[in-house]
Amino acid sequence: MAFHRIPVTLTINGQKIVRDVEPRTLLVHFLRDELNLTGTHVGCDTSQCGACTILLDNQAVKSCTVLAVQADGSDILTVEGLEQEYLHPVQEAFREKHGLQCGFCTPGAIMLGAYLVNHNEPLTEEGIREQLDGLLCRCTGYENIVRSIQRAYEIMNERQNVQSQTAKGVG
Amino acid sequence: MYTAPFEYRRADTVDQAVKWLQDDPDNSKILAGGHSLLPLMKLVLAQPPVLIDIGRIQALKGVRSEGDHLEIGSYTTYQELVKSPEVDAFCPLLALSAKTVGDVQVRNRGTIGGSLCHADPQADMPAAMLALDATLVIEGPQGTRTEPYDGFLMAPFITNLGAGDILTGLRIPKLPQGAHCVYLKRPHPASGYPLVGLAIWMTFEGQRIGNCHVGVSGIADLPFRARHLEDFLKGRVLDDKTIKEAGPLAGDEASWEKDEYKENLLKVYVMRALSQLGELAAAKGQNAKS
Repeated sequence: MAFHRIPVTLTINGQKIVRDVEPRTLLVHFLRDELNLTGTHVGCDTSQCGACTILLDNQAVKSCTVLAVQADGSDILTVEGLEQEYLHPVQEAFREKHGLQCGFCTPGAIMLGAYLVNHNEPLTEEGIREQLDGLLCRCTGYENIVRSIQRAYEIMNERQNVQSQTAKGVG
Repeated sequence: MYTAPFEYRRADTVDQAVKWLQDDPDNSKILAGGHSLLPLMKLVLAQPPVLIDIGRIQALKGVRSEGDHLEIGSYTTYQELVKSPEVDAFCPLLALSAKTVGDVQVRNRGTIGGSLCHADPQADMPAAMLALDATLVIEGPQGTRTEPYDGFLMAPFITNLGAGDILTGLRIPKLPQGAHCVYLKRPHPASGYPLVGLAIWMTFEGQRIGNCHVGVSGIADLPFRARHLEDFLKGRVLDDKTIKEAGPLAGDEASWEKDEYKENLLKVYVMRALSQLGELAAAKGQNAKS
C-alpha cells in the first residue's frame, strides 16, 4: 500500500506547526520523533499508563491512542509548553512536594494535574486519587503526587489572590 | 507502536461518510474516538485498509433534550455524558455508568457510539442502554432508520449493523420523575472492565416498587435485560426478604456456561444494588421498611 502522507496543521505549545504525516503516525510519535518534544513519554503504548498524557483542546488525553491526523487543527499543550512567566502551579507544587521519584510518569502526572486544576473546583484527596486512575507510577509514588496536586490548587489560589490585589492597587 | 498502513479519509458530513463507506464496505471502517479501534489496530488484531474519520462531524456531537427523550450524538464522549446537565436531569443512570468507564483521559476521548459499535460484551454502557430502552439511529443505504438497542449485539464484537450503516445517534426515553438509579459494577482488578455491571432504575408507588428496569453487562455471553427479576420486583416492598429472593433471579435469563462463581457474583451484586436502591428510596421516605 502506498505510504501517502497527509498535511496537518496544529498549534503546539502556542506555535503553529505544519507537517505532512503518514496517517498511522500516533500523536505521541509525532511529538517525539517529528518535533523532538521528548518530554511526553511512551510508557505502555496501550492506553493504560498515562505517561503520554497531553492536553488536546484543553482535554487530558493519552497521546498514544490518538492519530496525529485526528489532531489536525487542534491546540496541543505538552509538558514543554506549561511554563509561562513562572512555573505552572502544578510544576511548582511537584517541586515543593517532591511529586516525582524516577520521573518517568511525571510528564503525564503533571499534564493530568494541570487538567484537573484547570477544570475542577478543588477536589478532595479521594477525588484526586479517583482522577489519577489513568496514571501509573511504577515507583508507587502516589502519596506525593496527590499532595502535589492538592498544593497546586493552593498555589493557583495564592497567585489569583495576588493578581486581584495587585489589580486593586493593594500591596 | 505503529499500526498497519491504511488510507485515511476525514468526512465532513454524515452523507459523505455513508457514501465512502458504501463505496467500499468490506475494506472500510469508521473511526470515532479510536479508543477501541486503535488499540486493536496496534495489536494488529484489526487491519482495516481504509479509515473514515467521523470526528469532525458536528451533527454527531452532544446531548439534546427533545420532548420525552434525549437525543445523543454517536460521537459524544463519555466525559460529555458525565458532565451533561440534560443527562443529569433526565437520565442520570447514563452518567453513573459512563463515569466508571476507563479513566478520565479515556473518557475525554472515547465515544458512546464507538463503544457500542465495538460491541465488547464486557463493556459498561450496554447495561445502561438496555435498562434505559435506548433506540439507535442508523444511517444506511436506505436512509435513516431506528431500531432498539436490545438485539443490536449478535455475538461478542458483532452487531447487526449492515455493511454500509453508520450509527449516528441514540434516543433515550427520559426516566419517570423520581426514579432512583444505580450502576453497580465489580471491576476486573487489572482492566477495570466489569466482571458484572448492573444498571437499574426503579420507581415507587407509595411503599411498593412501581416500575423497574435491570440491564446486566459483563457476566454473560452478551449483555441482557433481566426481565424475570423486573417482573418479580414490581409491586413488592423492597425489604430484606424481597432482596434475598430477588438475588438469584437475574441469572435465570443469562446465557452463559454455568459457573458457580459467576452465579454467586451476579446474585450478590443484584442484592447489593437493590439494597442501594432501597437506601436511596428510604431517604425519600418511599421505603420505610428497608
